[in-house]
Amino acid sequence: MKFAEMIWLVPVLPLIGFLINGLGRKYISKSVAGFIGCASVFASFLLVVGMFFQYQSAEHHEAYVQTLFDWIKVGNLSIPVAFQVDALSLIMMLIVTGVGFLIHVYSVGYMHDDGGFQRFMAYLNLFIFFMLLLVSGANFPMLFIGWEGVGLCSYLLIGFWFQNQNFNAAAKKAFIVNRIGDLGFLLGMLLLFNHFGTLNFLELEKFAPFLKGDKTIMYITLLLFIGAIGKSAQIPLFVWLPDAMAGPTPVSALIHAATMVTAGVYLVVRSNFLFTASPETMMVIGTTGLLTALFAATIGIFQNDIKKILAYSTVSQLGYLFMALGIGAFTGSMFHLTTHAFFKALLFLGAGSVIHGMGGEQDIRKMGGLKKFMPVTYWVMLIATLAISGIFPFSGFFSKDEILAYAYQENKIFWVLAVLGSLMTSFYMFRMFFLTFHGTFRGTHDQEHHLHESPKVMTIPLMVLAFLSLAGGILNIPHVFGGHESLHHFLSPVYAKAAELPELHLPHSTELFLMFGVMSLIGVMIFLAYRYYVVKKNIPVEEGTELPVLQKVIYNKYYIDEIYDSSVVKTLISTSTFFFKSIENFLIDNFSVITGKVAIGAGKQLRKIQTGKIGTYVFVFVVSVVVILLVNFYS
Amino acid sequence: MLTASLLLIPMLFIALILFMNEKQARMIALTGTLVNLAVNIVMIAQFKIQADAQFLVSEPWVKSLGISFDLGVDGISMMMLLLTNFLMPIIIISTFNREIKSIKGYLALLLLTQAAFVGVFVALDMFVFYIFWEMTLIPMYLISLYWGKENRIPVTYKFFLYTLAGSLVMLVGIIYVYIKSPDQNFSINTFYHAHEFLSQSEQHWVFLALFVGFAIKVPLFPVHGWLPDTHTEAPTQGTLLLAGIMLKMGIYGLIRWVLPVVPLGVLHYQNLVIFLSVCGIIYASCIAIVQKDLKRLIAFSSIGHLGLTVAGLFALNIQGAQGAVIQAVNHGITSIGLFFVVDIVYDRMHTRDLNKLGGIAHKSHNFAILFMIMLLGSVSLPATNGFVGEFLLFVGLYQYSAAFTAFAGLGIILGAVYMLRAYQKVMLGEATEATSHFKDVNWSEKLVLIPLAGIVFWIGVYPKYFLDIAEPALNKILSIYTQAQ
Repeated sequence: MKFAEMIWLVPVLPLIGFLINGLGRKYISKSVAGFIGCASVFASFLLVVGMFFQYQSAEHHEAYVQTLFDWIKVGNLSIPVAFQVDALSLIMMLIVTGVGFLIHVYSVGYMHDDGGFQRFMAYLNLFIFFMLLLVSGANFPMLFIGWEGVGLCSYLLIGFWFQNQNFNAAAKKAFIVNRIGDLGFLLGMLLLFNHFGTLNFLELEKFAPFLKGDKTIMYITLLLFIGAIGKSAQIPLFVWLPDAMAGPTPVSALIHAATMVTAGVYLVVRSNFLFTASPETMMVIGTTGLLTALFAATIGIFQNDIKKILAYSTVSQLGYLFMALGIGAFTGSMFHLTTHAFFKALLFLGAGSVIHGMGGEQDIRKMGGLKKFMPVTYWVMLIATLAISGIFPFSGFFSKDEILAYAYQENKIFWVLAVLGSLMTSFYMFRMFFLTFHGTFRGTHDQEHHLHESPKVMTIPLMVLAFLSLAGGILNIPHVFGGHESLHHFLSPVYAKAAELPELHLPHSTELFLMFGVMSLIGVMIFLAYRYYVVKKNIPVEEGTELPVLQKVIYNKYYIDEIYDSSVVKTLISTSTFFFKSIENFLIDNFSVITGKVAIGAGKQLRKIQTGKIGTYVFVFVVSVVVILLVNFYS
Repeated sequence: MLTASLLLIPMLFIALILFMNEKQARMIALTGTLVNLAVNIVMIAQFKIQADAQFLVSEPWVKSLGISFDLGVDGISMMMLLLTNFLMPIIIISTFNREIKSIKGYLALLLLTQAAFVGVFVALDMFVFYIFWEMTLIPMYLISLYWGKENRIPVTYKFFLYTLAGSLVMLVGIIYVYIKSPDQNFSINTFYHAHEFLSQSEQHWVFLALFVGFAIKVPLFPVHGWLPDTHTEAPTQGTLLLAGIMLKMGIYGLIRWVLPVVPLGVLHYQNLVIFLSVCGIIYASCIAIVQKDLKRLIAFSSIGHLGLTVAGLFALNIQGAQGAVIQAVNHGITSIGLFFVVDIVYDRMHTRDLNKLGGIAHKSHNFAILFMIMLLGSVSLPATNGFVGEFLLFVGLYQYSAAFTAFAGLGIILGAVYMLRAYQKVMLGEATEATSHFKDVNWSEKLVLIPLAGIVFWIGVYPKYFLDIAEPALNKILSIYTQAQ
């Protein structure tokens, strides 16, 4: 049996789950809905695991494409519904179904008391369906179906509690900002089709040897990258992601941390043969990523909402991924994408567990000392925080250091700034961790009374993710530690057609020195955080306290939202109002009124001819006949 | 024979309706439209995928003037017939469970409109086409005038005069071609050879004459002034006929009676037409953002969508043309759905003011879902019908001009802005005093919206069935341009 031939089932199973839960939401119980939701994703996961092992054991690691039917076929435009199984889609599908399954299970506990439970499970399944289309589609339009589909699910889930108009606004903002990126993607796709006459990945790859020096490639890749900027929340389109935290916490973990937001990275890696052919675009990607990483990290330091901190941390880590892509560290980026999926999902779910225990409270100033109330959550969060900080031997250590090593080799300025960013990351992550779990409890008495560890259905997924965050580094242990860089070898067929990618050739001593040098600096940051927040028991100031100017600006996210509001949104509204009031209502409406008046006036004048007197009619008749006869006679 | 029966069945049922009582009338009208749909399905079963017209009817009519009653169906006509005959039963069902005065006359007029629409889409003689074209106006006029809202009288005049003015200009163009034609007739063959006997400058102005007539019907910016008002004042079924089918006559007319007739005129004005269309997309979409009345909002969104349709069509390649045909159908489906959503809201709340609505989704889950599906089709989310149409239009337009495409593409962002705003204002948020008693969709409303939703996904997921129907005929129409290249 070849599992790859069942690739179509992988997205279809969650779709079936969605249909059952969606259509039957009034007739099936919560436990059945939860079971269907989880089981459909787990079944897909098993199929993908089967495919993975068969792919691994095969002699030739060739991409397998399964074409189902023609979707759009007009003239020379031919877009089949087709799936592609190769190293890249396999690893993405494993993350999506694997982490996705764990989050589904967790959601059964987290959302259990919500009246819209069935609807929630249905949306989650729909999301998995679109996400799987995104990562397994064999051409750009298929990818785009998934791309916009996950955007829809993101919209539906951010606004899941739709009584709250603030949440609805956040959902709308996410969809619209993403659409801006999607327009770039769409135009990139159109240019691609115009240039090559096809949109299928494997057919496009055949052009790879002829791409060097082709200026069009720069435009194509820049346009596609606009799409990535939107979906993966990079500068300047990152503003939707922090607001997206309005959604239930499992949503933040699944969509806004582990899977959907990495779609931009996937897009670049998937079309690596295009991107690597344009050094200009690569430079843009690297710079955008680096700036985003730093920018978001500074905001993260001053936030007090546990989910907002994680949101900015996600933006920042995504920036890292793009910086890695920009300098050509494709494997490093994919590696960090994978470990990030583990530990960031864990961080969000852990935060969800905290929020669950705190009865909905998200402000870390009101937490503290939760260690003794929620021991499991405490330990898994500690693992995740160590992993994201990049402490040996947690997974983040390996993936982050691979990126840093490449940065050191390729561009020293990038390296310095990236190290700076990772220092900030470890500081604000431990700030959050210490404020939440150490010290004394600062919430209300009611909350303290209510505090409890989350149920097993939530803590078991946490433990699995904690294991992955701890051990995920195994995937790609570098030669320094006697490893074989398995992920690198696994993914190498994916970049077979790319223009030259840099190989890491630092001496082992340098590599080790960098790794542990950076790690000791991180250690210093953790110590500083410990001293400041645990020993000295500093608590961030209350809301409304006057802050120093710089801190105030950063706390308010550099006023980016306000700037966008007063520039883009205001301009749009005033233009629209101008069109409506001045052109439509004044010019266009009056045009027809004037026409009408002319017609009425003409009618009034013409009416005078119809006197109703027989004499007049006979007179006109006779004159006309005479005129006609005369005209005929002389012509 | 089948072609003629599509015309005659509605007439027959009009006669039947007049003999029935009010209760039976709706069922009779529904039966009539269903019979027509059945005949249409028989036709599609016998339909051969080819460029030339089939199911021909040819009867000499006014011999002295070279007018012949020629009917026939090619792929483009077939798409329009399917749209018409699929939507008509739905439009009839939309009258169920609604109080409508003088229902018999109302239904008879609806069926009369159907017959006229069919005539427009199957006529293969320019004169016959023109007769049917004008014939659609009469029932529409009466429907708006007698069943419309408070402000109906001036608005109906405006509608009538606008379209009549367009038609008259068009008639002048038609007659000019007729006079210049060597064998003095109105047959499609003569018109399709007009480029052989009309000089370049003649083609330019004949193009203008014909184009104005069709552009008003589409409607294209800046001659769209009649549409928002007419939609707002017309009764629901008038709106549905208008948005669902009548506007498509404009697109159809451009494909059938302009592109192949005056190619030099088309090429000369191509840039201007596309420019105006793209302006219209941005203009109408922006206006939709600041509307307070849900029905007006959707009316303006129509102008935007149809602007893109014309822009893609005038790119003069197969992707653009296919996009135009499929998008004409899509727009019929989605806009009918959305306008019926408005009807449902108005039926219960007696207001369409966005600021007075909200929270409807709490109790009315099915309604919320069906509205959402129509919305997704309208914002052209992939896997819905709208995406297939817009993607093809973009592919077509891009081959003409990347810059125009980029501007036209702003429409997909603006579309999301106004549609999501509308959905949020109507459906989401806390339920108000009034909306907390909102009744979910009843059986007849489901019968309207569920088939529409089905088509939204059918065309979205497997458009090939429909694309195949029209492709050869469109290739034939475009051949005059593709050969020149």
